[in-house]
Amino acid sequence: MLRLRIILTFLLGVVPGGAITRADDIAPKDRRSGFDMMSAETQAMQKNDLANPAMLWVREGEALWSTPPEGGGQACSGCHGEARISMKGVAARYPVFDASAGTAIDLAGKIQQCQVERQKASPWPRESKPLLSMSSYVGLQSRGTSIVPAHYKGTTEAASRGKALFNRRVGQLNLSCANCHDDNWGQKLGSAVIPQGHPTGYPIYRLEWQGMGSLQRRMRNCMTGVRAEPYAYGAPEWIELELYLMQRAAGLTLETPAVRP
Amino acid sequence: MGAKTRAFGLAAILLLALASSGVMVRGQGITELVVAGEIPRPLNGLTGDAARGRTIITDRRKGLCLLCHSGPFPEERFQGTLAPTLAGTGKRLTEGAIRLRLVDGRKLNQQTLMPPYHATEGLSQVGQNWRDKTIFSAQDVEDVVAFLKTLQE
Ligand code: HEC
Ligand code: HEC
Repeated sequence: MLRLRIILTFLLGVVPGGAITRADDIAPKDRRSGFDMMSAETQAMQKNDLANPAMLWVREGEALWSTPPEGGGQACSGCHGEARISMKGVAARYPVFDASAGTAIDLAGKIQQCQVERQKASPWPRESKPLLSMSSYVGLQSRGTSIVPAHYKGTTEAASRGKALFNRRVGQLNLSCANCHDDNWGQKLGSAVIPQGHPTGYPIYRLEWQGMGSLQRRMRNCMTGVRAEPYAYGAPEWIELELYLMQRAAGLTLETPAVRP
Repeated sequence: MGAKTRAFGLAAILLLALASSGVMVRGQGITELVVAGEIPRPLNGLTGDAARGRTIITDRRKGLCLLCHSGPFPEERFQGTLAPTLAGTGKRLTEGAIRLRLVDGRKLNQQTLMPPYHATEGLSQVGQNWRDKTIFSAQDVEDVVAFLKTLQE
């Protein structure tokens, strides 16, 4: 079917002004995690906690959970108790609308907010080791949970802005996220199989990075790949994109911490 | 509407077309070079070098072609499946049709996946390092056209 569409696009492309409409969104029954498109070795690495390098970050997050911050504030555990119980399912429904921030906020942003407002501490910067570690540890508590249909109160508009960003052509190569992840998933881009682009495993250990990275870092890689100017870490556009990605991944299972090629 | 207004209108349209085509090839905008779905003449009257064209195509940072396309490049292990094979391009398309597809395929099909290799207009949020630059120079375009013309099967 995809093949046919490509051939059609090519043939019709010869006709001046030949209009091709973009493929539809991926139907729920066709949704597949990037995990399914990985090699057996990489899948095995993710499935085995002893082999999954991301578990090192998780362990660090676990230690930080009960470590009081500098300045005399309480540890996360002081207010939240056991993460296994209090953080269960949380990562599967973020980003959410945050009344105190007056805007949609992602999980990493929420952790930073607790550091500032509840611990009176300075927040860990985006992509720093402790923030990635804590995000992975909190994320792990939702591993195996379904991503809940993302129609959160106050986030619907942000999610539709995210959808518009997803469908917008950007960069010198003039491609949108949808061009690859809706229209051409399963195809090969050079040596890489194009996944559907689901946010099911973040933060991830990426073999190419030889390290851990957030969803924002992953999306940033895709943007610079089409030679577009990425948004700054923490920018509202990333949160909007994440909201839309969570909507389009509804029903898939959270895998944090995932391994990706 | 008098003849004067019409003439003015026409001039305005021409000016707009020029302004919106960004890249100027020896003082001409892309739109002006297009004749019936082709750019029949070599850009700036340049002569293409087919051997160099092949090198550009297989260079993943320069041509990027094999990210999406496959083709008769047995030494290249990883080739894309997003776009038609380059094999037989020279048989399927005239030189001028190949040239327009490289320069700016949007002139034929707004929805094309093919990046505009020698145009800078109508793009959004181009990264700092690439802003107002084209992917290919006019010479690169001619080299790649010269090589693709040789792909007869
Ligand atoms: C002084 C008490 C306190 C401390 C210390 C604290 N938090 Fe919180 N946290 C709260 C309260 C109260 C809420 C719920 C209200 C809100 O969302 O702001 C909350 C909410 C959260 C949420 C959102 C949960 C949800 O269901 O949406 C996360 C995630 C979180 N905290 C993580 C952390 C982490 C990680 C730390 C340690 C770095 C931490 N918190 C430290 C009091 C605290
Ligand atoms: C030119 C095609 C292309 C475009 C355009 C593109 N991506 Fe990607 N994307 C990829 C490929 C290929 C991968 C997988 C890379 C790998 O496996 O090494 C990927 C991976 C991803 C992933 C990780 C999925 C997972 O399973 O962990 C996400 C999320 C993603 N992209 C989001 C986006 C967003 C958002 C945009 C638009 C800002 C975008 N992509 C634009 C090709 C693209």
